[in-house]
Amino acid sequence: MGWSLQNIADNIHNWLYSAFNPTLALLFEFLIVAVCVIGLFAVLGLVLILMERRVSAYMQVRLGPNRVGPGGMFQTVADTVKLMVKEGMTPDNADKFLFNLAPFIVMIIAMVVLAPLMFARNFQIWDINIGVLFITAVSSVSVIGILMAGWASNNKYSLLGAMRSGAQIVSYELSAGLSVISIVVLTGSLKISDIINSQANGWWIFKGHIPVIIAFIIFIIAVTAETNRAPFDLAEAESELTAGFHTEYSGMKFALFFLAEYVNVFIVCAVGATLFLGGWMPLHFGTGTKFNEIMDYIPSSLWFFGKTFFLIFLIMWFRWTFPRLRIDQLLNLEWKYLLPISMFNLLLVTLIAIMKWHF
Amino acid sequence: MAFLKNYIKEVFGAVRSSLKGMGVTGYYALHHKKEKITQQYPDNKDTLVLPERFRGEVVMIHDENNEHACTGCTACELACPNATIKIITKFDVMPDGKKKKALDTFVYHLELCTLCNLCIVACPTDAIKMAQTFEHSVYDRSKLTKILNNPGSKIREGVE
Repeated sequence: MGWSLQNIADNIHNWLYSAFNPTLALLFEFLIVAVCVIGLFAVLGLVLILMERRVSAYMQVRLGPNRVGPGGMFQTVADTVKLMVKEGMTPDNADKFLFNLAPFIVMIIAMVVLAPLMFARNFQIWDINIGVLFITAVSSVSVIGILMAGWASNNKYSLLGAMRSGAQIVSYELSAGLSVISIVVLTGSLKISDIINSQANGWWIFKGHIPVIIAFIIFIIAVTAETNRAPFDLAEAESELTAGFHTEYSGMKFALFFLAEYVNVFIVCAVGATLFLGGWMPLHFGTGTKFNEIMDYIPSSLWFFGKTFFLIFLIMWFRWTFPRLRIDQLLNLEWKYLLPISMFNLLLVTLIAIMKWHF
Repeated sequence: MAFLKNYIKEVFGAVRSSLKGMGVTGYYALHHKKEKITQQYPDNKDTLVLPERFRGEVVMIHDENNEHACTGCTACELACPNATIKIITKFDVMPDGKKKKALDTFVYHLELCTLCNLCIVACPTDAIKMAQTFEHSVYDRSKLTKILNNPGSKIREGVE
C-alpha cells in the first residue's frame, strides 16, 4: 500500500503544513489541485476523443485513426496542436463579451463538478456532505453556458441548437435526479464517501434488486441526453443545424466546447460509477470472504477508472448504434416514459429501503 | 387497463429493439478483424481487391487477333446521358463487293463520364465493358479523351 494516491496526497499535505504557515499551505494546495484538474482535463480530452474515434471505427467496420504515431496514438495530439494554432474568430454582430465567455463557463462548471468526486480510496478534492446534491445542482448550470453561446453567436442555427439543448437538459435532469435519489434513499446520505462505504459488501446494482437496475438504466439514458450526445444530440444535430450552439466558434474556443463535452461524459460516468458500481470500492460480495481480499489487491484508482471507462464505453456504444431522435420523440421519451417509470421506481426503492429487503 | 398493457408492451419492445441494435454494433466491434472492410489503398496497391461490380472506366474488349465485337451501331452513343461517347463509322468493302458499315473510331471522353453503366447495358454485342482501373489523374485534360479501339483492329467474323 506504499504508493497509493492517498499516501502521496497525505505526504504532500503534511509537508506543506510543516513547511509553511496554514494560509500559505492552503493556497499551495489550491494551486496543486488546479494544476491536477487542468492536467486531468487535458489527458481526458486526448484519451477520450481517441477512444471515441477508435470505438466508432470498430463499430462501423472501419479502421479509425492509424497514421500518427504507433497505432494512431498521437492523432488527438496533432488535432490539438492544429486547433491551438488556428485563428479564433468572433463574428462581427456577435455579443462579443458573452461569446468569448461562454466556452469558459462551460469548462469551469465541468471543473467545479469534479470537486466532490472520489478518485481512489480517501483521495478526493472536497468531501462535502451534500456531494450528490452539489453535483446535480452545479451540472445543471452548464445549460447557461450553452444558451449563452447560442444567443451571443447571433446566428439562427446557434440559437435553435441552444434552445433545444435547454429544453433537453432541463427535462432530462428530472429523471437523472430521481435515479440519483433512489441511491440516496438506500444509502441515507448525500455524502460521496458515505455512499461508497455503503457499498463495501456489494455494489448497489447487485444489492438493490431490479429497481436499482432500472434506476441505473434510466440514469444512463438521462445523462446521455444531459451531455448532448447522440442519440440525443439535437443541440448540435449537424445535418440540420450545422453544429448547433457552437456553429460560430473556431480554434481554441471550439476546442473548449469539444473538450467540455468529453469531460462532462467522464464526470457523469464517474458519478454513475460512484452511485451504482461502488466508485473505487473493489468488487465485494458479503464481508470478510477470501474473494474480497483478492479483489482488494487491485488498486482502488484502477477500480474507479475501470468502471468509469466501462460506462463511457457504454455511452459511446449508444452513440454509434442509435439514430438521432426528433425533438417530439425526445420529449415524449422523457415525459411519457422515463419520468413516470422513475417516479414509480423511486417508490419501489423506498419500499425496499424501509423494509430492508436489500442485502 | 388496455392503456397500461400497451404502455408496458411499448417499453419492453423499445428495450428489446435497442438491445438488438446494440448487439449488431457490438458484434462488429468484437469481430473487427474479420469484418473490417477498409482498404488501406496506397499501401496495399499490389494486393488491392476491388469489388466485382466496381466501375473504373469503359474499355473495349479485344481478343488475341486484335479483333473486337463492335459493329458501330451507336447504341451506346444514344444511351449515354451526357455525350461521353462519339462513334465515327466507315464503310468496309466486303469480298462480294457489298459495302458494310463498320467502326472507324470509338471516342470516349472519360472526363465527361459518370460511370453510369448505361452504355454497357445498351451494347447488343457486349463489345465494351467496365474496367477496374481507377487511377485516372493526368496533368492535361486532353489525355482523358481516349480512343477505345486498338489501332489496326477490326470486327470479329460473324458478329452482326
